[in-house]
Amino acid sequence: MRGYHDIGGLEAGPLHKSQHDYALWEKRVDAMLVLLSSKKLITTDELRLGIETLGADAYERLSYYERWIASISRALVARGVITTDELGRRMADAGRRARDSA
Amino acid sequence: MNPRFKPGDAVTVRRAYPPGHLRTPHYIRGHHGIVERVCGSFANPEELAFGRNGLPALPLYRVRFTQRQVWPDYAGADGDTVDIEIYEHWLERV
Amino acid sequence: MHEDHPHDHAPDHDGPLSDYQLMEIAVRELLLEKRILTADEIRRAVEAMDARSPALGARVVARAWTDPAFKSRLLANGTAACEELGIEMAATKLVVVESTPEVHNLVVCTLCSCYPRMLLGLPPDWYKSRAYRARAVREPRAVLREFGTELPDGVTVRVHDSTADMRYLVLPLRPAGTEGWSEERLAGLVTRDSMVGVSVPAAA
Repeated sequence: MRGYHDIGGLEAGPLHKSQHDYALWEKRVDAMLVLLSSKKLITTDELRLGIETLGADAYERLSYYERWIASISRALVARGVITTDELGRRMADAGRRARDSA
Repeated sequence: MNPRFKPGDAVTVRRAYPPGHLRTPHYIRGHHGIVERVCGSFANPEELAFGRNGLPALPLYRVRFTQRQVWPDYAGADGDTVDIEIYEHWLERV
Repeated sequence: MHEDHPHDHAPDHDGPLSDYQLMEIAVRELLLEKRILTADEIRRAVEAMDARSPALGARVVARAWTDPAFKSRLLANGTAACEELGIEMAATKLVVVESTPEVHNLVVCTLCSCYPRMLLGLPPDWYKSRAYRARAVREPRAVLREFGTELPDGVTVRVHDSTADMRYLVLPLRPAGTEGWSEERLAGLVTRDSMVGVSVPAAA
């Protein structure tokens, strides 16, 4: 049994040195993790566990901060800070606002 | 919790493969190394991952492994090492 | 029903938002409404991370190169020594590993992306990549070569896998030909890549 994140020593291709510019939403994900951590509402290990259990396909497909926000959302629901229902309604609402302003 | 091991002790990493959140990488399980330093004691990440407090804190060590012994096909110098932080409950005395 | 909330006035991308961008908006708005975070805290945290760069780590290296007593303290307790220089370290437990003519150090986090952010800012994409995380522990010299770093024969390579609570900074070897240089001039030679260990500072 080996986590799909536990890749030390596995075969891999050449290194790519290109660097993407961080989008503001990515920086906010990072900021929220730091702040929630300092307020003891999440630990780094809860963040990591969430990423390690997204599934191998999601781990490959999602970008770094997509994995983070998915994991943070899950951790906050697990802790009872937000509910799945609240999250779903607000995501739908945010989607509507985005379409309306487009 | 008082550390069981001290720098210079020969230790081996347990061969165990449980599910859950682990910070002992797969590639080092079953290998022998030497304790390089005692890092202090920290809450257990295997428990923190599930929202528990991970106490009592566990001793954490940096353990040094010889690369040639870890990888059968290692292409480097005989003295090359990999140093890894490992929690006490993953280590046994050689 | 919910109270007025800040809209995203400056979308990050043209085109529809992804589920994950919507998730970020939703989580942030909910946390603000529940008064768990404030917009100001988020903004300040983003600015603080933007302000951090490898220049912080370079100052530490330059001081260690010119002040042997500081170097000893740095190697004994990385966090405390950095705090001496007024660098905010938060909860970071820093281990500084010294590269010498005999030993070259390289840092990786095979399990995720642990990195000394308080000294270097955000990690580069390559540090978080599968290729680096998989290969750095197993074939460090080949990885170094891909960064254009060829080590002399007889140099030992030590890889540090940042698996738990420590964060690592490489104290690179001070290049020859820099005798008498000021700290500021020396700091200019110290790149992020040399503090991770994939490259070696040069005076030229």
